[in-house]
Amino acid sequence: MPIQKGKLRKKELTINMGPQHPATHGVLRLELDIDGETVVKCTPHVGYLHRGTEKLGENRTYLSALPLTDRLDYISSMANNVGYCLAVERLFGIEAPERAKFIRTMASEMSRISSHLLWLGTHALDIGAMTVFLYAFKEREWILDLFEMLTGARLTVTYPRIGGVKADVSEEFLSSLYKFTDEFPKRIEEYETLIDQNRIWLQRTKNIGIISAEEAVNWGLTGPMLRGSGVDYDLRKYCPYDAYDQVEFDVPLGKCGDTYDRYRCRMEEMLQSNRIIRQCIEKLPQGPIMSPDAPKLTLPPKERVQKDMEAMIQHFVLITKGPITAPDGEMYSAIEAPKGELGFYFISDGTGRPYRMRLRSPSFVHASILPKLCEGSLVADVIANIGTIDIVLGECDR
Amino acid sequence: MIESIISSIGIGGFAGSMIALLIKIAIVFGVVMLHVAYATYFERKVIGHIQMRLGPMTVGPHGILQPVADGIKSFFKEDVIPSGADKAIFKLAPVVSVFAALGCLAVVPFFDGFVLANINIGLLYIFAMSSLSAYGIVMAGWSSNSKYSFLGGLRSTAQVISYEVALGLSLVGVMILSESLNLTEIVNAQQKYWHGMFIIPQFLGAFVFMIAAFAETNRAPFDLPEAESELVAGFFVEYSGMRFALFYMAEYIGMLVMSSISVLCFMGGWTLPPFILEVFPSLAAVPGLVWFLFKIYFHVFVYYWIRSTLPRFRYDHLMSLGWKVLIPLALINIVITALVKYYC
Amino acid sequence: MVGNVLNPKEAAEKIKEKFPEEIREIREHNGQLSVIIRRDRVSEILKYLNSDPLLKFDLLKDVCGVDYYKKKEPRFEVVYHLYSLQNRCLLRLRAEVPEDDCWIQSSVDIFEGANWPERECYDLFGIVFKGHPDLRRVLLPDDWEGYPLRKDYPLQSDLGEREWKGYLDVIELAKKNMEFETK
Repeated sequence: MPIQKGKLRKKELTINMGPQHPATHGVLRLELDIDGETVVKCTPHVGYLHRGTEKLGENRTYLSALPLTDRLDYISSMANNVGYCLAVERLFGIEAPERAKFIRTMASEMSRISSHLLWLGTHALDIGAMTVFLYAFKEREWILDLFEMLTGARLTVTYPRIGGVKADVSEEFLSSLYKFTDEFPKRIEEYETLIDQNRIWLQRTKNIGIISAEEAVNWGLTGPMLRGSGVDYDLRKYCPYDAYDQVEFDVPLGKCGDTYDRYRCRMEEMLQSNRIIRQCIEKLPQGPIMSPDAPKLTLPPKERVQKDMEAMIQHFVLITKGPITAPDGEMYSAIEAPKGELGFYFISDGTGRPYRMRLRSPSFVHASILPKLCEGSLVADVIANIGTIDIVLGECDR
Repeated sequence: MIESIISSIGIGGFAGSMIALLIKIAIVFGVVMLHVAYATYFERKVIGHIQMRLGPMTVGPHGILQPVADGIKSFFKEDVIPSGADKAIFKLAPVVSVFAALGCLAVVPFFDGFVLANINIGLLYIFAMSSLSAYGIVMAGWSSNSKYSFLGGLRSTAQVISYEVALGLSLVGVMILSESLNLTEIVNAQQKYWHGMFIIPQFLGAFVFMIAAFAETNRAPFDLPEAESELVAGFFVEYSGMRFALFYMAEYIGMLVMSSISVLCFMGGWTLPPFILEVFPSLAAVPGLVWFLFKIYFHVFVYYWIRSTLPRFRYDHLMSLGWKVLIPLALINIVITALVKYYC
Repeated sequence: MVGNVLNPKEAAEKIKEKFPEEIREIREHNGQLSVIIRRDRVSEILKYLNSDPLLKFDLLKDVCGVDYYKKKEPRFEVVYHLYSLQNRCLLRLRAEVPEDDCWIQSSVDIFEGANWPERECYDLFGIVFKGHPDLRRVLLPDDWEGYPLRKDYPLQSDLGEREWKGYLDVIELAKKNMEFETK
C-alpha cells in the first residue's frame, strides 16, 4: 500500500486471542488492541459454549435437569450438583438426612480441591512454571480416582440427588480419602516450594490485576476473587448449607486484592477443604442417605419398581411428569462453588418442570471484569489475569 | 590425524587440506546433528523425570528412537505456507537461523587441535554469528503475516539485541585474562593458573554470561519470543513440518554453542584443572573430548533444569534485568579484572 | 463483620415508605422476600438500596429476566437479587416490564457487575436496558434473530432456509470438506 505523505496514522494492533488459544482455558475470546506490549482495549467475547442450559432446564423435570448441571463447571461438577439439589430441596421444603449432608459436604470439598488444583496448574503453566502443572495434576488424578471410587465417574458425577445422595460411601473409600487428607498438606508445601517465594513468580503476580474491596463488591465478584480483596464473604460460613455449620474451618482473606493474594487464598482454601474433609470423615453419622420426607421426589429403588405396583406408578409419574408436588413460588439458593457463588433461581408454577431456571454463574460475572483488569497492563499480564479470575467457560456460557 | 591419512594416500598440498577440511566438516556436522537430536530426547527425559513422569517411552527401549521418529515425521509432514506470507523470506528464515547456529561451530575446538577454523577472532566470530540468528527470527516473524509471529519477532529482536551486549561484555574479562580471542588459546591460558578454570576468578562474568546465554538462545525463563501461553508459539507459529524442525534445530544448536563457549571460556574446555590432575593423575589418560562433552552436557542439563523450575519473565522485567542488572555487573567485572590484571 | 442482622421485611417497608407508588406487591415464599415494583424508577430504588447506610445492599448477585407469556400482564419481569454484606440479608426486586414497551433502566452506573447480566437479559429476552454502555448480545452471535428464553420461542428449529446464517455456513463447509474424507 503506498503511503501518502502526511497521511501516515498510528493505529493499535488488534490481536485476537482465542477462542483457540492455549491460555484462554476453553473458548474465551479476547479482542486486544495493543500498543507495543501494552493493552489499550480489551473486549471479551463469550458464548462459544452456549448450550441453552436455562432453556433446557425449563423443559425438563426437576429430576432430569440434574445432569445438565454437571456440564456447567465441568471441573467441579459435584459442587454444581449439590447446589442444584439444594436449591430444589429448598424449593420443595425438604431436607436431606444428616449422613447425606456430611457426604455432600465432603464431596463438595473434594471438588473444590480438584478445581483449585486445576486452577493452580494451569495458572502456573500460563505464567511459565511448567512443573507445577504436572505436580498439581498428579494430586488431581488422585482426587479423580477417589471420585470414581465414590460415584463411578471421574468428571460428570451426578452423585447427589434431590433429598440425599445416590449411594452410600464405603469404608474403603473413607479410608483412602483419609489417607489422601494425610498426604495432601505435604503436597501443597511441595508446590509452594516451587513458586511461593520465587522471584519471577512474585514479579508476575504481585500488584498485577489489583481489585480493591469496594470494586470487588461493586462488580459482584464472589468466591476467592472477592476474598482475595479482603472482603469476608463465604456462603459456607454466613449462610451455611449441608453440614458446614458442623465443621470448623477458616476463611482465608487477602489484603490488597492482587493476583498473588488470590493465589494465596486459593492455596489456603485447599488446606481448609482438606480440614473439612477430615472432619466430615471423623464425624460422619450413621443413618439413611435419602430423605424420608421426599418419597414423591425421589425415584424408588429398582427392586421395588419391579415388584411393587405403587413404586412402579411413582417411578412412571416421576419420569414422565416430574414431581408434581412442586409448590407455587420462587426460590433463590446459592452455594459456595469453587469459583464463587453459584446460584439457582427457580420459579415454580406447580408443574413438574421449573417455570424458570436461572443460573447465576460466578464465571460469567468474573469474566466481565477482564477489561478492567487488562486495560493498561502488558500482554503477559492478560494471561496472568485470565488465570487469576479462574473461569470455566462451560459455566460462563451455560 | 585426518591430514596425515589423506597425505599418506597421495593427495597433498591444497587439495589434500581441502578434502581433510571437508571430512572434518562432515564429521562435525554429523556429530552435532546427532547430538541435537538426542538433546531433544535428553530434554524430554530430564524434564519428564523432574516432573515425575517418564518422558518418551514407546519408540524403542526407553524411547531411545524417539528423535529418529520425530525427524522422519517432520520430513513427511505437509509444509504449509500461509497464503498471505512473503514466500521467499518465509522460506529463507529457518535456513538463516540454522546457518547462523551451525556457522558458530566452525571455530569451536572440540579437543586439542580439532577445530575447523583456528582463527584469531574466534570469539568475535561467534558473537557475529549468534546475532545473525536474530535475523532468522525477525524474518520469520515478519514474513508469516501473522500478528502473533510478528509480536514474537519484535520481542526477540529487542531481547537478542539487549542481551547481546551483556553477553559480549561478560566475556571481556576472559579476554583480558587470556589476552586472546582465539578459543584454543583461551583454553590453554586457563591451564596456566592453578584453578584451571576462569569460572573461579571470573565468577561474575560467568554468572552474567550464563543468564545472557539463556536469553540469547530464547530458552526458559526467557522464552518470551515463543511464550506459548501468550503468543501461542511466537515467531514460528505459522511454520510446520521440516521448516519448523529447522527452527527447533537452530535452538538446540544454539544451546550447544552457548554451552561450549561457556565450557571453553570458563570451565577449561577439554582440560581438567591441574589440582584435580595432581590428585588423580590417571585422569589425564582420558581423551579431552570426553571432558568437553561431559561439561557441555552438564550445561545443557542446567538449561533443562532451569526450564522446568522457573516461571517465565515478563517482557519489561526481562529488559530491566538485562540493562539494569546484567550490563552493570559485566562492566564492574571488566573494571575489576582490568585493575587486578594491571596491578598484579 | 456480622453486625445488625436486618430482616428483609424491614428493607421492603423502607422501600415502601420511600417509593410508595412504585411498590406493587410484597410477597414471601420459603422465607425469601420478593418486592414487585414498577419499572419506571428502578434505577432510583437500586441507588437508594445501595447507598442507604442502614440498608446497604451493596452486592448485586444477579439480574435476570422472566417471561410470563400468557400467564400474566405485564409479560416480562426483570429480577434483581441484592445482598447486603453488612446485614447479611437477601432481597429480591422484581420489576415488571410490558411487552409492547420493552425497556427498563440500566443499573450499570450503580453496580458495575450488572453489565454482563443485563446484556444477557437483553440477549435472551429482548429487554432493552436504557443507559447501558454497551448493550450487545453476549452469549448468542450478533446476527441472531429472536430471543430464545422467551416462552414463545420454538424449542426445535423448523426454519429450513431461514435458519441462522452461521449454522448454514457450517453445514455447507462440512459438505464441502466431505471430499477430503478417507474412503
